[in-house]
Order: sequence, then C-alpha cells, then structure tokens
Amino acid sequence: MTVMHIGVPRERSAGETRVAATPRTVEQLRALGYEVTVEAGAGTLSTFADSAYTAAGARIGGPDEVWAADVVLKVNAPDPAEIERLHEGVTLVSLLAPGLNPELVATLAAKPVTVLAMDAVPRISRAQSLDVLSSMANIAGYRAVIEAAHAFGRFFTGQVTAAGKVPPAKVLVAGAGVAGLAAIGAASSLGAIVLATDPRPEVADQVRSLGGEFLAVQSVEAEVSASGYAKEMSQDYNALAARLYASQAPEVDIIVTTALIPGRPAPKLITAEMVASMRSGSVIVDMAAAQGGNVEGTRAGEVVHTENGVTIIGYTDLAGRLPAQSSQLYGTNLVNLMKLLTPGKDGELVLDLEDVVQRGITVVHQGENMWPPPPVQVSAAPAAGPVGVPAMAAPEKKRMSSARKLTLTGIGIAALWLVNAFAPQPLPEHFTVLMLATVIGYYVIGKVHHALHTPLMSVTNAISGIIVVGAMLQIGDGSTVIRVLSFVAILLASINIFGGFAVTRRMLGMFSKG
Amino acid sequence: MTAQSIADAAYIIAALLFILTLAGLSRHETSRQGIVFGIAGMAVALAATVGVAVQNAAAIAVTLLIIAVACGAAIGLWRARIVEMTGMPELIALLHSFVGLAAVLVGWDGFYSVEHNPGQTEYTGSLLHIHHAEVFIGVFIGAVTFTGSIVANLKLSGRIKSAPLMLPGKNYLNLGALGAFAILTGFFVASPNLVLLIAVTLVALALGWHLVASIGGGDMPVVVSMLNSYSGWAAAASGFLLDNNLLIVTGALVGSSGAYLSYIMCQAMNRSFISVIAGGFGVEAPTSTQTDYGDYREVTAAEVGTLLTNAKSVVITPGYGMAVAQAQYPVAELAKQLRERGIEVRFGIHPVAGRLPGHMNVLLAEAKVPYDIVLEMDEINDDFEKTSVVLVIGANDTVNPAAAEDPTSPIAGMPVLRVWEAADVVVFKRSMAAGYAGVQNPLFFRENAQMLFGDAKSMVEEVLRSI
Repeated sequence: MTVMHIGVPRERSAGETRVAATPRTVEQLRALGYEVTVEAGAGTLSTFADSAYTAAGARIGGPDEVWAADVVLKVNAPDPAEIERLHEGVTLVSLLAPGLNPELVATLAAKPVTVLAMDAVPRISRAQSLDVLSSMANIAGYRAVIEAAHAFGRFFTGQVTAAGKVPPAKVLVAGAGVAGLAAIGAASSLGAIVLATDPRPEVADQVRSLGGEFLAVQSVEAEVSASGYAKEMSQDYNALAARLYASQAPEVDIIVTTALIPGRPAPKLITAEMVASMRSGSVIVDMAAAQGGNVEGTRAGEVVHTENGVTIIGYTDLAGRLPAQSSQLYGTNLVNLMKLLTPGKDGELVLDLEDVVQRGITVVHQGENMWPPPPVQVSAAPAAGPVGVPAMAAPEKKRMSSARKLTLTGIGIAALWLVNAFAPQPLPEHFTVLMLATVIGYYVIGKVHHALHTPLMSVTNAISGIIVVGAMLQIGDGSTVIRVLSFVAILLASINIFGGFAVTRRMLGMFSKG
Repeated sequence: MTAQSIADAAYIIAALLFILTLAGLSRHETSRQGIVFGIAGMAVALAATVGVAVQNAAAIAVTLLIIAVACGAAIGLWRARIVEMTGMPELIALLHSFVGLAAVLVGWDGFYSVEHNPGQTEYTGSLLHIHHAEVFIGVFIGAVTFTGSIVANLKLSGRIKSAPLMLPGKNYLNLGALGAFAILTGFFVASPNLVLLIAVTLVALALGWHLVASIGGGDMPVVVSMLNSYSGWAAAASGFLLDNNLLIVTGALVGSSGAYLSYIMCQAMNRSFISVIAGGFGVEAPTSTQTDYGDYREVTAAEVGTLLTNAKSVVITPGYGMAVAQAQYPVAELAKQLRERGIEVRFGIHPVAGRLPGHMNVLLAEAKVPYDIVLEMDEINDDFEKTSVVLVIGANDTVNPAAAEDPTSPIAGMPVLRVWEAADVVVFKRSMAAGYAGVQNPLFFRENAQMLFGDAKSMVEEVLRSI
C-alpha cells in the first residue's frame, strides 16, 4: 500500500484570493497519513507564506508536481487548462456548482477521473462540518456588513455626544439563512437596529437570538422546506413581501439581501422604485449578485451609485475578501471530508457510495457521470413536526386520581382513629406526639435551601442518634444479654452523634459568601 | 421531683432545640447557629439520660455506658475529620446503618427485658400485646435500614457494582417479605418467642438488602434520603417501645425530613417515589434506537480557554463526574480567575446531580466557591439564553435536551438544565458513552456544543493553564 499524495494548486481564477489548504490544515491532512504538496505561491494572497507550509510538513512544488498528485484539492472549479492536466485515476475536490454547469460536468465525466463537489454537500447535520456553503456564507454575511459600514457615511451605533445626538443605523436583512444570520449578528454587534425577514417563520427565534427583530410576512403560506434550502414562493406571498420591503425601504439605512434559490436565478426582492425611495447615503449589499441579484440595478462584482445617492454593492467575492479566514474554514471543511474518506487514517482514500454524504458530493466517479445524486431527506425539516407536539403525546404517567387519593386519605385517617380509639394509654398520646412532630418536621424542612441538603442530612443523621437514649435507659437492666446489646447500641449511636455533628460543622464551615 | 421528671422536662427542651436546629439549617446565614442548637439539644438529652441511668443502674452499667460513649465519640470524630467531601455519600449511608442496627438492638433489648423476662410486671393485658407489636415493628424498620444502608454504602464506595440487581419477580419478593412480616407479627403478638424474633430480623435484613441492591447507583440520592427517613422512623418506633416522647419527636422530625428530600429528588427526576424504590431506572431503558444525531465536534483545552476569556458570562454545570475526578478545586480556581477578569461566573446545580442531595454544593463549598454564585436549576434555567459559554463538567442526563424535546425518551419530562440555549456549550467528558440512564444525549451533537474529552480534573487544569 502506498501513501497517497495530495496536491494543492494555486488558484488561477481572476480575483480569487483563497487557497484550499492552510499550514494548519496541512498538518491535519498529514495526520491522516497523506503526503501534501503545495504549489509555490499558492497561499500568498491569503497571507500564508511557502515557508509556513514547509514548516507544517508540506513540500513546495511546481504545477506539474501538484497536478500529478492522487488527490487535488482546489477552491474553484477547474478551468480548461486545468482539466487538461487531470491524469487518470485522480480525485479532484473543489467547488463546482454542478447544477448550474452541466457542460463542465460532462467535460469532466469524459475523463477517467473522480470529481467531488464541495458545494453539493447534503444538508444533514452529520455533514455540517463539510458544508462549505455554510462556512463561506458565514464569512460573506459578516463581510457584507463591513462593506456596508465602509460605504455608509455614519456610525452604526447610536451615541449621545457633546456635539449632538447620533441616531443608530437601521439595517434590514432579507433572508435569515447562514449568511443572513451572520449579517444580523455583525450588524447588531456594531450597534445597529437590525430587522430581518424570511419566508420561514421558524427562524424568528434564531434572528432574535442574534439581536435582530423578525418581520414576519403576513401569509398563510408558511414554508417548510424538505431540502433545508429556501424554495421559490408563490405569487401571493411575493406580493405581500414586496409590500413589506416597499414600506421598509424608506425607513432603513442599509439593506443586505441574501436570497438564493439553488440552481435558479436569484429572486428580485428590491425593485428600482424601492431603491429610489431610499434616503440618500443609504447602502444596499446584494449578496446574490453572482446569481443575478436580489436588487434591480445590481451589477455583479461592481459598486453602483444611483441618482438618489444610494450605493448598491454587488461584490461576488465577499468571502474571498477575508482570504485567510475563508481559506482556513474551507481548508477545515476539506480536512473533515478527508477524515470521512480516510476511515483507516492511513493515507488511503476510500469512497463509499452507499453513504449519502459521499454519494451526494460525487459528481463524477471514475469517468462516470453521477450527477444528480438521489434526493436526500434532510433530518432538520421533518424533525420539526414531532418536536412541535411536545409532551402531550408522551405516555401520561399514571397519576392517582383525586377520588382515589381522597379515599386513601380517608382510610388512613379512619385507621388512625380506630387504633387510637381502642388502644389504651399511652399509645394515643404517642400518636399525638408523632403526628405533630411529623407535621412540624415537614414544614421546617420544606424551607431548607437546596444547597444545604447534604448538611441537613448529616445533621438529621446525628440527631437520629438520639436512639442512644433508648439504649442508655436499657443498659441499667440487670441481664447480661441486655447489657451487651445496649453497649453495642450505645457505641454505634454515639459514633453517629459525634460523627454526624462534627462532619456537619465541617461542611457548614466551608460554605462562604463571595 | 425525681430524676425521671427532671429528665422528662429536659427531653422537652431537647426536642425544641432539635426543631430549632432544622429551622436554622434552612438558610446559610443561620446554619451555624442551627448546629449549635443541635449540639446543645443532644447534650441536654444525654445529660438527663445519664442522670437517670446513674440513679437507677449499677455502677458497672454506668461504666460500660461511659466507655461506649467515649469509644463512639472517638471513632465518630475521627471519621468526621478524615472523610473526603467526595466520600460524604458513603459516610452518611454508613451512619444510617448504625442507627438501623442500634434500633434493632434496642428492639431486642425490649424483648429480653419484657417478653423474655417472666418477672416483669410493668406491661399487662393489651399493653403487653402492644409491646409485642412495637418490638417487632422497631426491629423490622431498624433491620431494613441497617442492611439497606450497608448496601448503599458499598455501592457508593464502589465496593460492589452499582448496577441494579435483577432477581426474577423482585416486586413479589419485596411484597412477600412485607406479607411475611405481617404474618410473623400476628404470631408474635399471640405468643412471643425468640425464634419468631430471629425470623423477622432475618426477613427484614434480607428485604433491606434486596431493596437497595435492586436500585442503580444513579438513584442513590433518593435511596440515601429514603434511608435517612427510615432511620428516623426506626428511632420513632423505639420511642413507642420505650414510652419515650423525645425519641418519637426526633424520629418523626428525621423521618419527615428524609421523606421530603426523597420527594424533592423524585420530582427532579419526574418519577414516582414508588417506582424508584421498587426498582431500577437504567434497567429497562432501551439502548437508544439508531437515530442519526450527526457529528460531534472536539475542541482542545486551549480553544476552550479562548472561548472563556472572550465570554461575558459563564455557567458551570457540574455532575457526578466532577466528584469522581475530584475536579472541584481546579473548577473553583477557574471560576475565580474568570471572575477576576470581570466575567460573570455562576454554577447551575441540578437537584439530582451527584450521589446525595446537595452533594455538588458541598464539593464546591469545600473548594471555596462562594455560595451566592451557586444556583439551583430553577434559579438559573431562564438565564442560559443570555449566557455566552456553559461548561458541562461530568454531567450528562441532567443536561439532556431529549428530556424536554423527545416525548419518547425514557427520561421524557424530567426537568433538566437547559444548557443548550447558551451560545456555546463545552462538555467535559471521558468518552461518548451514554449517561446513567443509558440514553444518548443529543446535546453533544448540537451545533453549539463541543466536546472536550479526558479526565475532568486534568482537562480543567489544562484550560486553566491556557488562560
């Protein structure tokens, strides 16, 4: 068995700053048993120097060496030149968007190679650690707010200064997916008032947990998506949502739109009229610009200034604008994938097509076109159903009915009465004492602070050593048997009394107030 | 005025002092005062009793009495000084067994001084019959307490395995023992003799053993407080036997305290008292159906350190694992250091955490954690939402979201600490093994949860070093 090599080429797409492995992930890949070769200069744009890779145990090589590896890890889909370089039996892992690029898939399938698409990870919780879309969307959402803050000529947070009062900025986030939530969190931690919309009412709590306010679109059509992604909404819903956006647009300073539907152009949420209604100086960040944009007038990759002074930011490389971070997270996603594919941790890649995650990302398998994979039922959505019906469905514990309770209490009281009515003195007197003491005990102890339960137990234990009194009264009796038995009883009960009090004192001495 | 009447008056004072003791123990501020009352009450009772004994008994008996008390005191004080706070449950269980055994011996004494003593004239007619019954009841409760506590002690100290003993038809065995007790009592009241007394003692010893042996280690908080209750009733039964009100009052106080604590524990586990004492919980828990919970994430101690230093508020929820690993000192040190950095640190204690009610509080107090940052479940449960980091140290079932969210779970409905509402949860655990209830914990697979595997003590120490 030979150790497999992993190659990490330099990204050649224009504007790409990321790299598929960082020095830290190289270490992790090597821990799985692989040899890693990184192309010279691959990490430069993400601030990772070649020397750092060498220190982590990677070899630095030219493109030929990297592409000769058994496994090639990339960020972007391969360009035609790179596809040329794929040799027989190689496994390529990268972002592909296979649903949008059928020709690319067909080209790759024409070669005897295996191609795994990192952006095709099914949305099940087990696969979350591989989910590039989530990790990149998280970064992009944060960056969207930072870009907006940069273009926005004001503070985000409200302040009262000697030079006058500054109102807080109002931010509207359309779509509370991973990117939307990251944007909500980033904006609210900068001090802005954050509003958010989403067709899925169940995300309201997540929005609130990050400091945002959830604006519900009043509609009967609540969406529960089986794939975990948003789907296209009906006409009615869209009309209502449009009304909501139209009413909010003049009110807010910043709009961040994140609405994406996999494999389709992005829905238009913000019309030209809405943009025109916004105040001068307002900023829109359209995170869906690459898929056509959620905003009328967005140009992918560019910043547009409208006539009324609104800035529309259409960057498509938001995640790449934090290259070190995105490379690290993408690299970790890849490491998690390799962990899954290397069950023996022995540097040998094993692809198990029975596994839904591995099947889901496999676009080409040894030259065979595997796209699209069979649909995967996402655990999150159906689980929402049963969770919604809480303890109600639980098997009701058999609780005593109140009638039965009453009967039992009645029987108990009658028995007590019977015993005392017919028993000679001193039994009734004893019962009186017992009953009152029990009730007193219950009320006195019922107020005991939870933290003092252990001392309470040891002190009651010491007190129950009072049985020594009984033994002491008996030891005076003449017979030897009684003396011996009493002696032992006194000894045992004394251990209890002295030990119990001493240990309680010790414990109580330890409790101290801050 | 006789020695007896002086003693009777003293007993009333002692009883009052014992009530004040329990009242004092209800709050931290008055707890030390409470124990002073307790010691005073005991001193009054012992002095009065010794006074009666000196007047009535032979010198040899008084000497024996003093030797017995002196030996008992020496042993008791010695054990109390050296016991580890983590070993408190064992010690308390052992002490309960002493009360039980003493009650058995007092019952036997009663038998020898009355039933087995043809010369006695104190008891006649129906009073004598009542005495027969009292001897039997006292011995029975005492013997059940004795062996039950011994088994609890052995289980808690790990000398026998804590898994529940599963004899076939165990409920019938218990019921059978109770039935045998009733029948034997009938015979004994009709014609008291030594054989019957031995028989009932053996039946009760066996019942006590079986009762506790068939309960698993995790239910020990309930068992220990239940035995506490039994030891009280045993003392009260002796009071009936000896016509002594102080014993009755004290026994009843202790008896109701134990019963009440057991009730609280059972509420905390959402189970009926009967179901706990009648048999194991972990037993029928199905090995969880193969649900796909997803993946858990591991973190390193250094990462936990960073998480903590960046947190605004931290809640630590300890469980039995902290006691096992003796991790309370590093945990306390961690809390102290974080507090010095201005981070709000609190502890959330589940009512059944540990092996004794309030066990965690004692351990934390031992490590000098101020008690006002140690909160109980109801006080802290609504604050988790606003908490940045929760450290779960050696707890499992008490933080299991399945109890709240999965109606089919064996622990459904049990109130739990809602740690998963916090922004981040770090679980200190030795492995991915299930908790006492044998139920998988979906908390570990939540997105905001991270696992730190290893011995709780060394892991906390490592986190300490990294901050």
